[in-house]
Amino acid sequence: MLDQTEGYTTADGRQIGGVVMELRNITLRFGGVEAIKNISFDIRKGEIRAIIGPNGAGKSSMLNVISGFYNPQEGDVIYKGYKRPPMRPYKVARMGIARTFQNIALFEGMSVLDNIMTGRINHMKSGFLSQALWWGAAAREEAEHREKVEKVIDFLEIQHIRKTPVARLPYGLKKRVELARALAAEPQILLLDEPMAGMNVEEKEDMSRFVLDVNDEFGTTIVLIEHDMGVVMDLSDRVVVMDYGKKIGDGTPDEVRNNQAVIDAYLGVAHD
Amino acid sequence: MPLEILQAIEAAINGLSTGIMYALVALGFVLIFKASGIFNFAQGVMALFAALTLVGLQSGQVPFAHIINAIFGTSVHHFGWNVPTILAIPLTILVMVAFAWAVERVVLKHLVNQEPIILFMATIGLAFFLEGLGDIMWGAEVKRLDVGIPQGGNLWFEENTAWLGGGNPDFFGFYIDTLSLVALLIASVLVTGLVIFSQYSKQGRALRAVADDHQAALSVGISLRFIWVLTWSIAGIVALVAGIIWGSKSGVQFSLSLIALKALPVLILGGFTSIPGAIVGGLIIGVGEKLFDFYMQPIIGGATENWFAYMLALVFLLFRPQGLFGEKIIERV
Repeated sequence: MLDQTEGYTTADGRQIGGVVMELRNITLRFGGVEAIKNISFDIRKGEIRAIIGPNGAGKSSMLNVISGFYNPQEGDVIYKGYKRPPMRPYKVARMGIARTFQNIALFEGMSVLDNIMTGRINHMKSGFLSQALWWGAAAREEAEHREKVEKVIDFLEIQHIRKTPVARLPYGLKKRVELARALAAEPQILLLDEPMAGMNVEEKEDMSRFVLDVNDEFGTTIVLIEHDMGVVMDLSDRVVVMDYGKKIGDGTPDEVRNNQAVIDAYLGVAHD
Repeated sequence: MPLEILQAIEAAINGLSTGIMYALVALGFVLIFKASGIFNFAQGVMALFAALTLVGLQSGQVPFAHIINAIFGTSVHHFGWNVPTILAIPLTILVMVAFAWAVERVVLKHLVNQEPIILFMATIGLAFFLEGLGDIMWGAEVKRLDVGIPQGGNLWFEENTAWLGGGNPDFFGFYIDTLSLVALLIASVLVTGLVIFSQYSKQGRALRAVADDHQAALSVGISLRFIWVLTWSIAGIVALVAGIIWGSKSGVQFSLSLIALKALPVLILGGFTSIPGAIVGGLIIGVGEKLFDFYMQPIIGGATENWFAYMLALVFLLFRPQGLFGEKIIERV
């Protein structure tokens, strides 16, 4: 069992809870390549946890380990106090871990509304037969989920594109719809893989605001990967820094900013 | 009304009834293509296999009788009972669901993330396997299938259309097989059901999601394998319906698997991804080939039905490759 120590209070006065997920000595290999080398860190309830590092550092691999898309060769994922056995990604999703992808993965042929509704799939109870036999109950359930989805739509300010097929949306809005779908699942942990990549300044500001609001409003624990240092330092409570598959730093933005190893990784260091 | 027009209308009505058959087979193709991007070459054989199984169960035939007899020197052929249709159909559905499950287990699971052409080749193998299996299990002779659908010319329809001839002594009203009317009814119920299922149910939404993006589907908690079994099961049930109707009309015989080829032009016309498209495409081809034959026979001779559908498909490929209802492929630059 995991030590559920009391949390901490952030600089802006938010109370962070105990550990919700702990990654213990994770090693991930692809053939002979070690993408992640013996990394450990924890994620606490209600915090915004960033993973940063230069290209190819293994950040996305780390996120894929958390979401079950990759199963590490060594190490344990401890979720809510229990060791998680190797698991298929759809089962991880059912345990309350939602994610977005670096290269947007939306259902292009479906409308924005339908896309977000898929996020509710795990919360829908009536199955195949009951839907066929007892139409009324299924319709009522559909309406309840629709209401939740409408709240998410309002929250992310995408009412105007509700019925638009996703394929027609510009990049920035697609990213927002993907976030909406993940939010509709009411996740315990929300994983965001470069939510602001490829956005202009204004879009980045919007997205940052949404990330903060989600955390603030729903108390969702957020793990995010981001390249834009300004954004990371502003948003996150604690930061893990990775380089060549290793963890080279872990702490508050200020601690990380002054960490020599981190500075070397980003700015380069003269090799003798 | 002049006799020629009446005859043309009758040809068209005839075409509608063949068209429904094409449509039912095409429907099975569309379901699997939509959900997994696989062009399932085995769809026609699945219809054959389902019909064979139904007849076999109904008549209490011993499966694999020839093998059993050859190995054990026995001579069992029949259990000596007849299973009523109402029980035999659910049993056949169970067999088709088991088949779907086996396909996922043995074939699809190992070919995840492969090129579409590889999956297509796998379904060709599946088609040959299933045809052989049907042969070994139930024998190759032509069998009569009777599930209680009324057959023969529909007198009511004939009598009530006789007045159109305006007293012409050569016209007795339109001839239509009652079976075709029943088939039309069944097909419309089936399609309505499928559309409602895919648009408004949880599983239907999951099905469309999987069809669109596997990764994204996984990330919202959809099990790909469950959805594949589900799709193939539905395709199996659609195949059973096609098999029942086609088998009632012309007996359950192995040429049934060849209708699958006629489903190809239907798909090109209707679009590979559209359920209503499969139906409309089937009807257009059915009516088109009968009318074309009717008007062109005096000029270019008969047997145009064999190639008309493919020619029409070719024209469509030139001018509207996505079909009438298919999703338009837009490339953003």
